[in-house]
Amino acid sequence: MISKRIVLRFPPRLVEQPIISRLVKEYNLEFNILKAYVTPKEEGLLVLELMGEEEDCEKGIDYLSKIGLNIQPISQDVVRNEEKCTHCGVCVTVCPVGALVVDPKTRKILFHNDKCIVCELCVPACPPRAMEIHF
Amino acid sequence: MSKTVSEINEKIKRREAVVLTAEEIIGLVEEKGPERAAKEVDVVTTGTFGPMCSSGMIINIGHAKPRMKLSGTCTLNDVVAYCGFAAVDIVLGATSLPDDDPRNKDHPGLFRYGGGHVIQEFVAGKDIKLIAKAYGTDCYPRKKLETWINIKDINEATLFNPRNAYQNYNVAVNTSDNTIYTYLGILKPNLGNANYCSAGQLSPLFNDPFFKTIGIGTKIFLGGGTGLIAWYGTQHNPTTQMKTKGVPYASGGTLSVIGDLKQMKPEWLVGASFLGYGVSMTVGIGIPIPILNEEIVKQTAIKDEELFAPVVDYSHAYPQRKSDILCEVSYAQLKSGQIHVKGKTVPTASISSYSKAVEIAETLKDWIQTGHFLLSEPVSPLPGPDSGTQFKPLKERALD
Repeated sequence: MISKRIVLRFPPRLVEQPIISRLVKEYNLEFNILKAYVTPKEEGLLVLELMGEEEDCEKGIDYLSKIGLNIQPISQDVVRNEEKCTHCGVCVTVCPVGALVVDPKTRKILFHNDKCIVCELCVPACPPRAMEIHF
Repeated sequence: MSKTVSEINEKIKRREAVVLTAEEIIGLVEEKGPERAAKEVDVVTTGTFGPMCSSGMIINIGHAKPRMKLSGTCTLNDVVAYCGFAAVDIVLGATSLPDDDPRNKDHPGLFRYGGGHVIQEFVAGKDIKLIAKAYGTDCYPRKKLETWINIKDINEATLFNPRNAYQNYNVAVNTSDNTIYTYLGILKPNLGNANYCSAGQLSPLFNDPFFKTIGIGTKIFLGGGTGLIAWYGTQHNPTTQMKTKGVPYASGGTLSVIGDLKQMKPEWLVGASFLGYGVSMTVGIGIPIPILNEEIVKQTAIKDEELFAPVVDYSHAYPQRKSDILCEVSYAQLKSGQIHVKGKTVPTASISSYSKAVEIAETLKDWIQTGHFLLSEPVSPLPGPDSGTQFKPLKERALD
């Protein structure tokens, strides 16, 4: 089993098609929608985590690209500036996926980058602005 | 049996003083009882590291040639500072903003930079851009000044904070249908989260709630250096109703503190930006409590389970100045990560850094144990529960 995080851009003609369910049915993949919206021009954007066998993942991504979706791996990364972080903890309820949590022993704030979905909500919420977006 | 501050100081000078943090004393008093603990322990150190808006610096930049009397306001790194004192004294508050900051025009505003950030950079030894104007006089002819200033070159740099170290504080929640942006952080709709701001059992005034040892003139850890308690803080409210063990229902007492900024450190005076609210400064404060007797040590052994804070709705009750509280929760519950409000489980977050508060209490402990920090006796007490001092709302009166 592997997991891959990708950004998909749908042209307007594909927005209404049941593409993601095909990934489940035909390619045996599990998915987790991390972020999704339709722009005013009716293009769709979907940040997806795909989980399954490596071969199935490759085939599924191949299918997505063949039908005309633009696919990119998640290229941005949220990084914590350790010098700036004061370990207050105001970010922990802002993070929707539990990537920022309090260590119950030390009361320091742990940042699990592997759980981060780059939603960027923590970036302006951090008082010392220690959460930075790196490209 | 009781001790005096000078007896404790003699022990500190001999490096024989027994010092514990306000966290460590809890276990010792539980294990040995207050009588033995008061005998064995000389000092308990406290700490807190949270945003404290009512903070600022007073600097004297020295006289330009030809002389100039700065008038009205000037800017430090474009942040507005006040010059309504003598010719070259400048005051900068932690919440001041540049004139061209968009504020909340595009709500919620980002508030990237302000007074707290200038103070942090100034303490770090960075050059700060000063732009000032004047109307010119016979003795102060110059009308314009644009220069870099540095903390090491100017005369005095004093941190002076009118209100810090609240004894207790509200837990903020939002019962409305929209996200709100407050000085206690982002509050999600329909009780989506609860934000609190206190070091709880480590916080200075929870450990001496009747101000028996902490008073005007008490020497403290301030911003990484040493400072003094200058006065009682603004909005000092010592007559608020108290629970057992001296825990105030509402915010309670406050402190005004002062110290030489030149010996402070940027990691303990940190500029803070609150989305949709404004800027502030996170200040590190630690206060030593001399264990003079059993009563005092009992108070320092107070723990999170015994300390309660009111849960207040910041979407309605707080802005409308209504005194309604939704419920009370203990700091132990707050630190567990969730509380229960109106039948709902609400995740909690802290605005004040507990791990940094521990670091402050440990640092102060180290200074005392190694003989570098002697305790001072207050020159005057802070107004206490019997003082009659009350926190009054504004009484508005029509102008005509």
